[in-house]
Amino acid sequence: MERREGISKLLGRELYIDDVPMDRGLWGATVRSPSPRGRIREVRFSPDVNWDEFVVVDHRDIPGENHVWLIESDQPVLAADSVRHVHEPVVLLAHHSREMVHRAVRSVEVIVDPAPPVLDFRLPPGADGIQHGTDNVFSHIVIRKGDVDAALADAPVVIEGTYETGAQEHVYLENQGMVAWIDGDVVVVKGSLQCPYYVHAALTHGLGRAEDRVRVIQSPTGGGFGGKEEYPSVLALHVALLALKAGAPVKMIYDRPEDMAATTKRHPAWIRHRTGVDLDGRLLAQAVEVVFDGGAYVTLSPVVLSRGLIHAGGPYACDNVRIDGRAVLTNSVPFGAFRGFGAPQTIFAVERQMDKIAEELGMDPVELRRMNLIREGQSTATGQIIRDGADRLEVLDRALDLSAYREKQEEHARFNAAHEDLRRGVGLSTYFHGAGFTGGGEVHLSSVAKVEARPDGRIEVLTSNIEMGQGTLTIFTQIASESLGLEPDDVVIAEADTFRVPNSGPTVASRTVMVVGRLIEKACADLVAKLGDSDLRGPDLKQAIVDWYRKHSGGVLDGAARYEPPPGTSWDEDSYRGDAYGAFAWGACVVEVEVDLRTLGTRVLDVVAVQEVGKVLNELLARGQIQGGVVQAIGWALMEECVWSDGAMVNNQLTNYMIPTSDDVPPIRVDFLEAPYAHGTGGAKGIGELPVDGPAPAVAAAIEAATGTHPRVIPVTPERLMELYDGA
Amino acid sequence: MDRYTTATLRVNGQDLQVVFPTHHTLLEVLREECGLTGTKHGCELGECGTCTVLVDGEPVLSCLALTAEMEGRSIETVEGLQDGNELHPLQAAFADLGAAQCGYCTPGMLMTATALLAENDDPSADEIRTALAGNLCRCTGYHKIIEAVEWAAGVVRGDAGAGPAREVLFGSSVPGEGS
Ligand code: FES
Ligand code: FES
Repeated sequence: MERREGISKLLGRELYIDDVPMDRGLWGATVRSPSPRGRIREVRFSPDVNWDEFVVVDHRDIPGENHVWLIESDQPVLAADSVRHVHEPVVLLAHHSREMVHRAVRSVEVIVDPAPPVLDFRLPPGADGIQHGTDNVFSHIVIRKGDVDAALADAPVVIEGTYETGAQEHVYLENQGMVAWIDGDVVVVKGSLQCPYYVHAALTHGLGRAEDRVRVIQSPTGGGFGGKEEYPSVLALHVALLALKAGAPVKMIYDRPEDMAATTKRHPAWIRHRTGVDLDGRLLAQAVEVVFDGGAYVTLSPVVLSRGLIHAGGPYACDNVRIDGRAVLTNSVPFGAFRGFGAPQTIFAVERQMDKIAEELGMDPVELRRMNLIREGQSTATGQIIRDGADRLEVLDRALDLSAYREKQEEHARFNAAHEDLRRGVGLSTYFHGAGFTGGGEVHLSSVAKVEARPDGRIEVLTSNIEMGQGTLTIFTQIASESLGLEPDDVVIAEADTFRVPNSGPTVASRTVMVVGRLIEKACADLVAKLGDSDLRGPDLKQAIVDWYRKHSGGVLDGAARYEPPPGTSWDEDSYRGDAYGAFAWGACVVEVEVDLRTLGTRVLDVVAVQEVGKVLNELLARGQIQGGVVQAIGWALMEECVWSDGAMVNNQLTNYMIPTSDDVPPIRVDFLEAPYAHGTGGAKGIGELPVDGPAPAVAAAIEAATGTHPRVIPVTPERLMELYDGA
Repeated sequence: MDRYTTATLRVNGQDLQVVFPTHHTLLEVLREECGLTGTKHGCELGECGTCTVLVDGEPVLSCLALTAEMEGRSIETVEGLQDGNELHPLQAAFADLGAAQCGYCTPGMLMTATALLAENDDPSADEIRTALAGNLCRCTGYHKIIEAVEWAAGVVRGDAGAGPAREVLFGSSVPGEGS
């Protein structure tokens, strides 16, 4: 099926939020903290500006609670008397002129009495650094299986390794932006966002308004990748506060440096493995410690940590596992959701650890993985028994075949012998990704999807899930039209507007197709059943709808479905035991690199990514997701590095924070294996995040093969590779 | 107070009389005074390529171009690519290959690619890569974009068999070589 969302984008007619014309509106801007931690002594407004022309909002203008509604209520909408990170919002300004308002920001000085900031998440905080509870720990989760200590004590070989991954900036090409206006007694906020109902909840709390007096509408969103999951709630509150005070529409659009410096990023991570193995390489015990840098406020860190930990053992069977993880406070911008949601970090570590084990045992890393990959009927770290019909060994073998892994190893030996300055190598990773929220999460969300028939026989699909480039509109159209036997043109996807669509949950966690798509199928069945004949499809269905509306003038024919967990699954949040996710997708990735010994620059020459994702519903979209995810992960592995000073990102421009360009991308060969998942739409499992999990460890392994150094920290920039050479 | 300039701009073949603050960039004037919001901004610092337009056929970052210097020159934006109801071959190829995901980089990509094809209607994948290297995309990983430009080049040349191989569109055992 053709993409539904394509055409207006190609004509330049798609109206992203900054493209929406603003008649008689104001422009908003944010005054931020210059300091990582301290008490606000004074906010000084320069006498050189005529402030009467401006709308000025501070914490005293907040009608509801001064916190951004999420897991905990520690993050203020606007700092009141203290700040916890550089760029924390303190004052908001609005003016008719965009230029004037941005200039005026520089005429407001926030004066802070400094307190000692906590800047290194790897070190325990000193007594004067405690700002959250008694130890700055936002969340502490332990996953236990078997008896790790006994198994480590008995294991013939115990191997230790420590790994680190850096922050990553989303660099969605469209910066964060929103517009707010007042419609009667309703505050309307429209903008670039992934989770309309998160924003809705944040607005009802922060503005102290009833649910039906807040309306949130998603505008076409120029990329999200998790960066528009929680942060838009902050921006929505700001723009709404300005609009309420101004009594006029207000638009706030971040520029690139502000967006890069002030919004969330991927959590930096420190991970230590101690693995007990027998002499054949079989895993006997995995002890894993994980620390994530949460930044200044809790935001989503506990959930990111949870996913990271569930994936920390890798896609391997091991009877004795302890994964002990913490997300901790530092005085930097809050870290947040980013495609993969904690799993890329922990998978990087476990995959590097597998390579280390192979090296220390003198084993082939492929055979080590082959031996330990989960077999049907074996269980993950949380005790989830895998019985999904997927052949993980076949995924691995397909990747080896397509990449000609063995032949490449031989070829590289010859190449490296023949070249003085160039080194080539090939690396492998195997990985998995749980789709949807954790077991408890989806039940708690209790998502609802709706379909509504129109009098002309067309069907409208109503969900709060959004399109941000991943093809939601296309795939939802496909799901509804196929389940009703209608043409794609007979299906309309409703705009994600909280006044119209039910809460089908956020557009995150690779859940849109697998979870919400399934609800659409069920809602379609519900609608058809209301016509008295569940077998109606195609033109007969259309006719029946038209007839129904003739008989029921003023009525609405609709269908709805609410999420129910797949039968036989159970999850216990307290012990972290059970079926963590409805399903896992499985992947294997082979990366070939060339390192130039003169510059220590690494170039990726070839990538093969093979995945088992249940059923591929739309190959064109699926391949686009995989290719895009692989390139983001290569960027994270090799070049994307946030440079920090006082907890603030200081390379907050695209010239000094580099993402891959068309000149950097290697050939990427994508292949799918299919073992349909009984409880996913048309057999599909989630796909959006899996591709980000595999490339980074495979890149590092390939550099290891090429150079003989042991990259344990990413990004592997030339400077870092130089350190490895010096240390060796 | 800002000083204003009045100028006649030739945009997509039409003469437009505009009044604008003298220091405003072509990007600002196209979006604000001309109402042509198809041209995007991702940085306004010359770093991302989303604001690319053609000036006398050459790709130009409109966020760095002063409007006051544009009088008498021919400016083309994404809104002018379509010919009546006919999509430009690049637009058609981007649509069919799914080369526009979030679509935010797309107008800039299309304009850069238009300039490339005007100069070279049979570019190699490497030439396309190099030509597009100033246009960032965070969604696609670039492969579909490069394939779409190759395909469109074939259509522009009038190659009967132009178009990607079936396996590029729908997959095969070894699909998607981008180069
Ligand atoms: S907006 Fe002009 S290059 Fe980014
Ligand atoms: S399609 Fe989203 S940035 Fe290119």
